[in-house]
Amino acid sequence: MIEKLICIACPMGCHLEVDVEDDYRVEGNQCNRGVLYAKKELTNPTRIVTSTVVIKGGIYRRLPVKTNGEVSKKLIFKVMEEINKVEVSSPIKCGDVIIKNVLNTNIDVVASRSM
Amino acid sequence: MKQYDVVVIGGGSAGLAAALEIKKQGIDHVLILERDAELGGILLQCIHNGFGLKVFKEELTGPEYAERFVQELLEMGIEYKLNSMVTKLNPDKTIEYANVNEGFVKISARAVVLAMGCYERNSGSISIPGNRPSGVLTAGSAQKYLNIDGYLVGKRVFILGSGDIGLIMARRMTLEGAKVLGVAEVLPFSGGLKRNIVQCLDDYDIPLYLSHTVTDIIGESKVEKIVISQVDNFVPIPGTEKTFEIDTLLLSVGLVPENSLSERCGIILDKKTKGPVVNESYQTNIEGIFACGNVLHVHDLVDFVTEESRKAGRSVVRYLNHELNATNNMINVLPKNGVSYLLPQEINLSNLVTPMDIFMRVNKEFKNAEIVISNGDTVIKRIKKKHLAPAEMEKFILKDVDLTGDMIDINVAIEVQS
Ligand SMILES: Cc1cc2nc3c(=O)[nH]c(=O)nc-3n(C[C@H](O)[C@H](O)[C@H](O)COP(=O)(O)OP(=O)(O)OC[C@H]3O[C@@H](n4cnc5c(N)ncnc54)[C@H](O)[C@@H]3O)c2cc1C
Ligand code: SF4
Repeated sequence: MIEKLICIACPMGCHLEVDVEDDYRVEGNQCNRGVLYAKKELTNPTRIVTSTVVIKGGIYRRLPVKTNGEVSKKLIFKVMEEINKVEVSSPIKCGDVIIKNVLNTNIDVVASRSM
Repeated sequence: MKQYDVVVIGGGSAGLAAALEIKKQGIDHVLILERDAELGGILLQCIHNGFGLKVFKEELTGPEYAERFVQELLEMGIEYKLNSMVTKLNPDKTIEYANVNEGFVKISARAVVLAMGCYERNSGSISIPGNRPSGVLTAGSAQKYLNIDGYLVGKRVFILGSGDIGLIMARRMTLEGAKVLGVAEVLPFSGGLKRNIVQCLDDYDIPLYLSHTVTDIIGESKVEKIVISQVDNFVPIPGTEKTFEIDTLLLSVGLVPENSLSERCGIILDKKTKGPVVNESYQTNIEGIFACGNVLHVHDLVDFVTEESRKAGRSVVRYLNHELNATNNMINVLPKNGVSYLLPQEINLSNLVTPMDIFMRVNKEFKNAEIVISNGDTVIKRIKKKHLAPAEMEKFILKDVDLTGDMIDINVAIEVQS
């Protein structure tokens, strides 16, 4: 069976054709990440989650954060719930861990700027 | 009057990259003027990931990408002024700006870099019948409210236009608990990157209505409902109306390079890009005034902005070192069948540094096509492309061998393979 996908691993957005029976053989990719993406997307799709948390004492009221790795698509809204519970205080450095090992995924939520 | 070697107007990714390159090449008196309270530009509100894969070989968020450049800028000791709005640029390269500490100031520069970015088309510039109640705003302002101030503008949202900011906001507002009912795009294809359709709409089952537009906005003081209709060649088809109860309509109907300063200075703009007409050195029709980034043409990828701005920076240095040959050996780069625009629009062969990047956009979607590049009528090269779409900027490279012999004009067209 051939599955058609658009690779979202980078903004090139290659159109992939994946032969599921032939060990997820990929055509249409411009680099190897497309091959990895295709297999993962068809077996266990994952995404980086980005959002903001409340910050006290910063120049703005929100600090942008991201997961420092991809989490299962099914967990995105649960990760958002965790992020929305957090409040931090300035100063924060870009990369500081905001939530360690969120939902036991081995992934941290980290600050994506200094403030 | 204070004198600088170079004044950069705008401290977004374009201005930062250009200033850094200029300083690295040994020019000392560089000043960045930025009207906001921080350097970084639009990147600061783009908290999603997807930046920097080319430049840093990793996927960063907008603020992270900006911070790397700002850090470098601080280390290099480049002068910048925040909360400083440039109010006038003159052809003699004097610049007028204002801020709270200094009041109104006039300075002069040997070279100027335009890096003012772009602005969003708003409801005034598109024609939707019906009222103009509150609750109708651009996707970019909603993004700023949410990501910088933590204020969610609405709970039931519809988005007009499939530009990237709208798509990104569809996902962002969904994650924050809003219900995004759909996105309508008047054209038969999306205005945003494919990856954003996948990861912002498809991931959250948000419908994209292609060839649809908003035909009515209902609500007295606040928007209550909208009606969308299918269109045939921009004309609404009766009987295809769908009504949505909403509290917010976001507009993501396009970005326009911010060139009011440039126009008043007498800089010639391209009708298609709405940015300055530039040559191979990113120089405008006024000698010593250069342009890069979204002020020149709207980019979808910050990495291209950075690359372009570094090149513009190197040209500025060549100009200051009197290495840009003023003698006219100019050819045009002309869009033909299927091509919406090309950049640069002109090449002075005496000043050309190869390999040279040419950016382009097509004017509709193509499958299995070729970009055909010719010198006059003689084909120089053909580049095969499986997909070409207006939302995706293409880049090709001209090398020395492509530019030998008698150069007439470079024509670029799209041919569909049969
Ligand atoms: C919502 C959105 C999402 C995007 N998503 C991605 C993505 O996922 N991946 C990616 O690679 N790229 C993305 N991009 C594209 C990329 O980020 C931008 O094209 C790029 O950052 C533009 O840089 P710039 O410096 O040209 O403009 P800007 O960042 O807009 O900077 C212009 C600066 O000039 C200042 N200015 C303007 N006028 C004046 C004046 N008169 N005086 C003083 N200062 C002035 C402004 O305040 C601003 O700081 C996105 C863009 C947007 C808008
Ligand atoms: S296959 Fe490679 S180049 Fe193509 S979209 Fe995926 S990561 Fe980008």
